[in-house]
Amino acid sequence: MASVRPAVPVNIPPTATTTPRESNATLSMRMTISKVNFFYGSKQSLFDINMGIATNKVTALIGPSGCGKSTLLRTLNRMHETVSNARLEGEILLDGQNILKQDVTAHRRRVGMVFQRPNPFPKSIFDNVAYGLRINGSKAPIAEAVEKSLRHAALWDEVKDHLHKSAYELSGGQQQRLCIARALAVEPEVLLLDEPCSALDPISTAKIEELLVQLKDLCTIVIVTHNMQQAARVSDFTAFLLIGQLIEFSPTPQLFTTPGDPRTEAYITGRFG
Amino acid sequence: MNAHLRWRKLVSGFMLTLTGVCAAVSVLALFLILGYLVVRGGASLNWAFFTRLPVPVGEVGGGMANAIVGSAKLLLFATLVGVPIGFLGAIYLAEFSGSKMAFVVRYAADLLNGVPSIVIGIFAYALAVLPFKQFSTLAGGFALGLMMIPITLRSTEEFLRSVPNSLREGAMALGASKWKMIATVIVPAAYRGILTAILLAFARVAGETAPLIFTAFGNNYWSAGWTQPTASLPVTIYNYALSPYEDWHRQAWAGGLVLLGLILMINIVARGILSRGISVSRS
Repeated sequence: MASVRPAVPVNIPPTATTTPRESNATLSMRMTISKVNFFYGSKQSLFDINMGIATNKVTALIGPSGCGKSTLLRTLNRMHETVSNARLEGEILLDGQNILKQDVTAHRRRVGMVFQRPNPFPKSIFDNVAYGLRINGSKAPIAEAVEKSLRHAALWDEVKDHLHKSAYELSGGQQQRLCIARALAVEPEVLLLDEPCSALDPISTAKIEELLVQLKDLCTIVIVTHNMQQAARVSDFTAFLLIGQLIEFSPTPQLFTTPGDPRTEAYITGRFG
Repeated sequence: MNAHLRWRKLVSGFMLTLTGVCAAVSVLALFLILGYLVVRGGASLNWAFFTRLPVPVGEVGGGMANAIVGSAKLLLFATLVGVPIGFLGAIYLAEFSGSKMAFVVRYAADLLNGVPSIVIGIFAYALAVLPFKQFSTLAGGFALGLMMIPITLRSTEEFLRSVPNSLREGAMALGASKWKMIATVIVPAAYRGILTAILLAFARVAGETAPLIFTAFGNNYWSAGWTQPTASLPVTIYNYALSPYEDWHRQAWAGGLVLLGLILMINIVARGILSRGISVSRS
């Protein structure tokens, strides 16, 4: 964890909060979410969300359970479409193009996802990482791509001698890093993580947090987390959601030290959630 | 010890004995049948039984080679009919259909499973024998295949449903289309269960007699082809057992032993496959 930026204590005194606001004008936006409303059947679960996902940065989505942060994340690679009565209004752009107008499988190759619980396939470690390349008919030499992805996921040294063992023989933390490697193998532009550490122990969590900071150079990262300290440690920008609304979206140090909205302050100081 | 407590102990002891005896009887039934078959049929079981054709009444010896091969052909065709339909139908039910549609299909499959096999035989007779004016191996296989459909369908569906949803999401998030996800992740994850289901369906119809009596009919010689009548183990056993000849009775016992041995073996293999577990961890 040494390489990770020190955690921002939520009760830091105001004098220390002099981080200048990063100007959004100098940032390029990988994804833009505009006027997104989301419904499950007749129940609306996201209300008029507008936000940008900065290229090669980590954006964290925080908020209490049921606030819509996972729903918002899942719209970014259109996983919401697997739910039969889900409906999305508004526009989500990836590199300036509306993702809802793209071929869904092609879009998901560009925007990868890691889930709450590690979900390796019942295959070997190698075949798990190679899966995305194979189904996409990639011409790239698969063995090299697998090694590269496992190295990026900081798992290579632990598994290089038994790549053909079942993925289920790995520990939970290793399985989650395998899932990250599997997502990275298809070289996505954006990597979405839905509470990737919620099922893991603190040491595995620390490894994954460290990894995320390194992965920024490779792709743009959006992470949903229950854990505010985690958001503070790994992210550059944090969005706070509450019952389907985007309450505040700022550079992370600013959101945690000088929140602009009383509800954000109440949440990060632990008054609810 | 007062009387009430003694009474309760007595009832408890009686019930325990009763349930134990019932459990023993159900196991005993199998072993009695098996033992009786071994005693009565074992003596007639020899190499000729597997390699020779039946001989005319009065001659000693001969075998059921034609019935064994006939049964194999019937079961092969039944598998070709029943397994693909049951398997693909199960994929539709587990992965695509809405709950209403799934309910209707499941209900229909359970009803089909409950249709008496003699009725399946009549149905196959009307559909696959009458139009061609010809008993045939294909008609017999078709009847058995019909019986395999619901068994394969229902158990395959169960095994597909037991694959965790997180695997479906994982594959889709990597850009797999639904069909690709099913073919490369879901079916491989459930393959042991599916294989077991198919084997059990196979074993279930292997001993069926009624659907074959007026479809595959029977044959004292080698079947001349798929469109011709064929002998089969169950029907041959049936005919031999009804005959008044001592030698045929012994052959019928031997046939029963072979058939039961085959079915037991399939069941044991199926158990073995399944006990190694579905290859998915249910975390």
